[in-house]
Amino acid sequence: MEYVKAFLVGGAICALVQILLDCTKLMPGRVMVILVCTGVFLGALGIYEPFAEWAGAGAGVPLTGFGNVLFKGVKDAIDKEGFLGIFKGGFTASAVGISSALIFSYIASWFFNPKMKS
Amino acid sequence: MGNDKNVDVSKVVREKDTKTRNENYNQYVNQITPKNSLPKNMIGAFLVGGIICTIGQFFTNYYMSMGADKEAAKSYNTITLVFLSILLTGIGIYQKIAKFGGAGTLVPITGFANSVAAPAVEYKKEGHVFGIGVNIFTIAGPVILYGIFSSWVLGLIYYILKQLDVM
Amino acid sequence: MPENKNLNNKSKMIGKQSLLFNSPPYIIGASSITGKKEGEGPLGHLFDAVIEDPLIGKETWEEAESEFMKQAAEKAIQKAGLTNKDIRYLLAGDLLGQLIATSFGIAELNIPFFGLFGACSTIGEAMSIGSILIDGGFADKVLAITSSHFAGAEKQFRYPLDYGNQRPYSASWTVTGSGAVVLSKNNSNDGGAIRVKGITTGKIVDFGIKDPMNMGAAMAPAACDTIKSHMEDFGLEAQHYDKIITGDLGYVGSDILIDLLKEHNIDISSNHMDCGKEIFDQESQDTHAGGSGCACSAVTFTGYVLKQLQEGTWKRVLFLPTGSLHSKVSYNEGNTMPGIAHAVIVEAE
Repeated sequence: MEYVKAFLVGGAICALVQILLDCTKLMPGRVMVILVCTGVFLGALGIYEPFAEWAGAGAGVPLTGFGNVLFKGVKDAIDKEGFLGIFKGGFTASAVGISSALIFSYIASWFFNPKMKS
Repeated sequence: MGNDKNVDVSKVVREKDTKTRNENYNQYVNQITPKNSLPKNMIGAFLVGGIICTIGQFFTNYYMSMGADKEAAKSYNTITLVFLSILLTGIGIYQKIAKFGGAGTLVPITGFANSVAAPAVEYKKEGHVFGIGVNIFTIAGPVILYGIFSSWVLGLIYYILKQLDVM
Repeated sequence: MPENKNLNNKSKMIGKQSLLFNSPPYIIGASSITGKKEGEGPLGHLFDAVIEDPLIGKETWEEAESEFMKQAAEKAIQKAGLTNKDIRYLLAGDLLGQLIATSFGIAELNIPFFGLFGACSTIGEAMSIGSILIDGGFADKVLAITSSHFAGAEKQFRYPLDYGNQRPYSASWTVTGSGAVVLSKNNSNDGGAIRVKGITTGKIVDFGIKDPMNMGAAMAPAACDTIKSHMEDFGLEAQHYDKIITGDLGYVGSDILIDLLKEHNIDISSNHMDCGKEIFDQESQDTHAGGSGCACSAVTFTGYVLKQLQEGTWKRVLFLPTGSLHSKVSYNEGNTMPGIAHAVIVEAE
C-alpha cells in the first residue's frame, strides 16, 4: 500500500509540474525554486508534514519535500536554541542532501566527461 | 495564456505601433508553433516521477528494516538517491530518462543531484576552482538560496509569534 | 603614387541597402567539414569530410570547434588550388564569446584577419564584406569562414550536456562543423563560373520574441525585411530566383517567413528553401525545428547549394543566412531577441 501511495502521489506531483513546464515556458531552474519555496511555505503552514506522513516517499522525494524539511529544520532549531536557530536550522536540515550532491558530483567530475548528444 | 483570439498575420504586418505589433506577433507565433503533446509528457512525468518516489520508498523501508529510525532512514534514502542519480548522470543515462520523463526527473531530489553533477562534469576543463567550483551551483544554487531564505523568513515569523506566545 | 586607373567608377549602390558589383567576385573554392550527426543527415554524402569524434582529437568543445574551422579553411584553400599566402584577407566568426573558436582555429594560417559576429548569419556577412573588398579592389582573394559546435553552443547558451531536460518542438539543433568559401577577383576554375553578383545587407529587426527555444520566430521578421528590401532595391519578383535560401529559420520560422512575405505580396512558397530544414531529417534525427548555428547555412551552402549551381540544376539563388543576436546575459536581463539576415546573390555562368 505505501508503495502504491508513493507512486501515485509522487507521479501526480510530477505530472502537475509538467503542466507548469509545458504551458508557461518557465525554465527548469525556476521551477525547482518554485517547488522548494512551495514546500517551505506549506511546511510553515503545517500542511505538508501531515501530507508527507500519509504519502511517505511520494511527498518526501520531490523537492517540495526538501522545502518542507528545510522549514522543519528551522522550526526545530528555534524550539531548541531560540534566535540562533533561525540561522542554523535550514542548513542543518538540508545538509545531507546538499553535501551528498556536492561530494558525489565532485568525485564524478574526476571520472566522467561531458557526452555529446546524438 | 488563454488568449484564444485568433491573430492574423496581417495584424502583425499592418500594425504601426511597435508595441502592439510585437504583442500581435508573439500571439501569432504562439498559435502557429506546434507544441509537444502535453498529455503524453504528463504520462511520462507521472510514470518516471512515480517510479523514482517508489524506489525512494523502497530504500526508506529497507534502511528502517536495517534498524535506522524513520528520520535517519529518510536521510540514508536521500544519500542513496543522490548517489544513483549522479552515477546515472555520469554514465549518460539520466539525461535519456529525462527526455522521456520531463518533470518526472526534474522534481525529485534526483533532479537536484543531476543539476549539480552536470555542470561539475561539464566545467572540469576550466579547472577545479574556476571551472567546477564556480559553476557547480549554476543551476542548483538558486534552489539552495531561495530554500534557505524562505525558510529563514518564515522561521523569523515563527520565532516572533513564539515570543508573543501566539504559538 | 600610381594613378587610379579604374575608370569604371559608377556607383555600385542599389536602392536603400543593396550593392550590385561591377566585377562580381568568383567563388573558386569551398569546403564543408561536419560532425557525425550532420553526416548521417540527408546531405551527409555531400560534405567534404564527416568527423565522427565530436572532440576531433582535442580536449575541449571550444578547441574542437577551432579544429573544425582550421580543417575547413585548409580544405577550401586547397580546393581553390591556392596556398595560405595567396589569401589577402580572412573574414571569419563563430558563436562563442569573443570569437574564440575562430581566433584559436585560424591563428596558424597566418592570414590577415577581420573577426565578424553576425550570430548564425556570419557566413552571409563574411561573403558580403569579402565581395565588397574584392570588387572594391582591396583584395584579390578572400576566405570567408564560420563554424559552430553543438556541445559548445549548448554549454554557452543552454545547459551542460549532461543536464536532463526536454526540448520543445520549436527548439533547433546547433550544427557541428565549419564551412568556408574562397572568393576571388579572377576565375581559376576551368568549368563554369559561380559569382557573387550583389548583396543586400540586413538591418536588425526585432519583433519582441523572448523565447530562446524559438529562434526561428525571432529571425523570420529579419529575413522578411531583407527579402522585401532586396526585391524593392533591385525591382525584382521572387520568381527571379530558382531558390531563395534562408539560413536556419527551421520549420517554425520558415512557415512564419512565408506568411509574413505574403502580406507584402511576395510569394516565395514555391522556391523557398531553408538550410535548417535540409540538413537534418526531422523525423529520424529528432532535431525538432531543424538545424541552426553558423555552420548550418555555411555547410549547406558549400556542400549542397554550390553543387546545384555547378551542376546547373539552379542558375541563380538568393542566399540569406539568418542570425539571432541575443546572449545569455541579454536573455536573463529580460531583453528580446533581435534578428538579422544578410542576402547574397549567387549566380552560375
